Amino acid sequence: MIELSDVRKVFPARRTAGEVVALDGVSLSVARGEFAGVVGPSGSGKSTLARLVNLLERPTSGTVTVDGRVLTDLDAAGVREARRSIGMIFQHFNLLDSRTAAGNVEHPLELAGVGRTERRRRVAELLDLVGLADRHASRPAQLSGGQKQRVAIARALAARPSVLLCDEATSALDPASTTGVLELLRQVRAELGLTVLLITHEMSVVRAVCDSAVLMSDGRVVDGGPLTEVLARPDSALAAQLVPAPAGSGVGGDLVLVTVTDAIPHGAVLQTLTAELGLSVEVVGGSVETVAGRRFGQLLLRVEGDDGRLDPALARLRAGGALVERTAAGDPRPQPDADDAPPRPHREPDVQRLADAPDVQR
Amino acid sequence: MNDWSRIAPQLVDATGETLYMVGVATALTVLLGVPLGVLLTITAPGALAPHPLVNRLLGLVVNLGRSLPFIILLVLVAPVTRGIVGTTIGSTATIVPLTIGAVPFLARLVETSLREVAHGKVEATLAMGARRRDVVRTVLLPEALPSLVAGVTVTVVALISYSAMAGAIGGGGLGDFAIRYGYQQFRTDITLATVVLLLVVVQLLQWAGDRWARRLATS
Repeated sequence: MIELSDVRKVFPARRTAGEVVALDGVSLSVARGEFAGVVGPSGSGKSTLARLVNLLERPTSGTVTVDGRVLTDLDAAGVREARRSIGMIFQHFNLLDSRTAAGNVEHPLELAGVGRTERRRRVAELLDLVGLADRHASRPAQLSGGQKQRVAIARALAARPSVLLCDEATSALDPASTTGVLELLRQVRAELGLTVLLITHEMSVVRAVCDSAVLMSDGRVVDGGPLTEVLARPDSALAAQLVPAPAGSGVGGDLVLVTVTDAIPHGAVLQTLTAELGLSVEVVGGSVETVAGRRFGQLLLRVEGDDGRLDPALARLRAGGALVERTAAGDPRPQPDADDAPPRPHREPDVQRLADAPDVQR
Repeated sequence: MNDWSRIAPQLVDATGETLYMVGVATALTVLLGVPLGVLLTITAPGALAPHPLVNRLLGLVVNLGRSLPFIILLVLVAPVTRGIVGTTIGSTATIVPLTIGAVPFLARLVETSLREVAHGKVEATLAMGARRRDVVRTVLLPEALPSLVAGVTVTVVALISYSAMAGAIGGGGLGDFAIRYGYQQFRTDITLATVVLLLVVVQLLQWAGDRWARRLATS
């Protein structure tokens, strides 16, 4: 549904900043009906990525394909037409203060040349969908953050898009509103069969709603895939961010990290270690979360009384499909760029922020 | 000094002339100044339709118009006035320099107002598939409307002051009256009367403009 192929985006040097490579050869594919997340620290290029999908930002090179149409090949009129089938919501809502909630939802319909009676009908339907039927006459200034984002969602859905882009859509909301907006996004995705691309820096948002995600760093995709698959990879950088490994610093003895998923219950591991080997096992850290509707977690176990049978037992468990590994205290996961990685080039912090700022091209 | 019964109707006529000049000039100024302000805004670098050359050219014209003292402008545009109206004397003729003087003034105020509209709103509208002219029509102008009304009010008050200056070279209206009767005939009381009248007109206009802008902002 959304296909980015080897996309590069370079912002030319300006008086205040040097050339910024916001995206450096990014390829990304989102299937129809998928709820995909893009995560990464600020400056990693994730917002630029979202803005490329509807060509608010033109890539320096590479192609953008949405719903079979190669947007990068279209002329201005073609791009405008294509944008109608791509809804977008923003961190700061971007509602028009001069219009009521209903007027804001009506705006894209006016632009699309929909007749007045049809517009009225559709606006009522959309405000009802987002649960704000009673606030149709309210101005944005009279609405809470969560309500404003609901109006923005109704507006984004007005022209019946097949794709919804969410650029940090919950980052300005309190936790309760965030939960409400995410529930609404899941609901409209299911009801309308939307493909959603959600940009966020909050891992909890990805855990709550996404089917898949990519992790960006310095303008590149460094990890990604369906969450259930990502989380089952013990060395995944994305998994490490989604479900941080339990800290076991200051704990002596043999440490064993067990990855828990629906498919691979940890019961067998505990059974083997305690009952079969007769070792003393203690949980020193861990968490189990529901991600993409599935259970996922990691347990850090301290094992005492190993007489040389632990390693063969772990190998046997691994052969049986369990995700278990020995680990050192305080560093349960192999860090991708610890000692052996070359030092990253120094970048000015404000340059990084610029790369992510929506108004960077002004 | 008992000639007020003779002077009062003339004062009323002069006030009428001032309102006529300022009224027509305001309408023309809005008609020309708002589009010019829009052009200045959208051709700026990074704006809706960046066009550095056009932007710099328009900026130059506007700055030129704004830096000229109005009294100089009056004399300078006299040939243009004669070309359009046929004469340079009287209130109808004064409308020409008034408009030429006020258009750059309003254009800058319009530009400032439009620049205040958050870029995110423009972007959200472009993301809906809007054309640039749709963005101007449905986002920039409506969102900036309270501020635009305030800008027009300031322009009207400036026009009244300009129109009084135009009186100095036979432009008609209250300024003309004050100079001919008050200054040249040493009638300080008549000068004072015109000052009071001007003050009342300005106060009324400012009050109405403020009220309108506030209503727009809160409705």
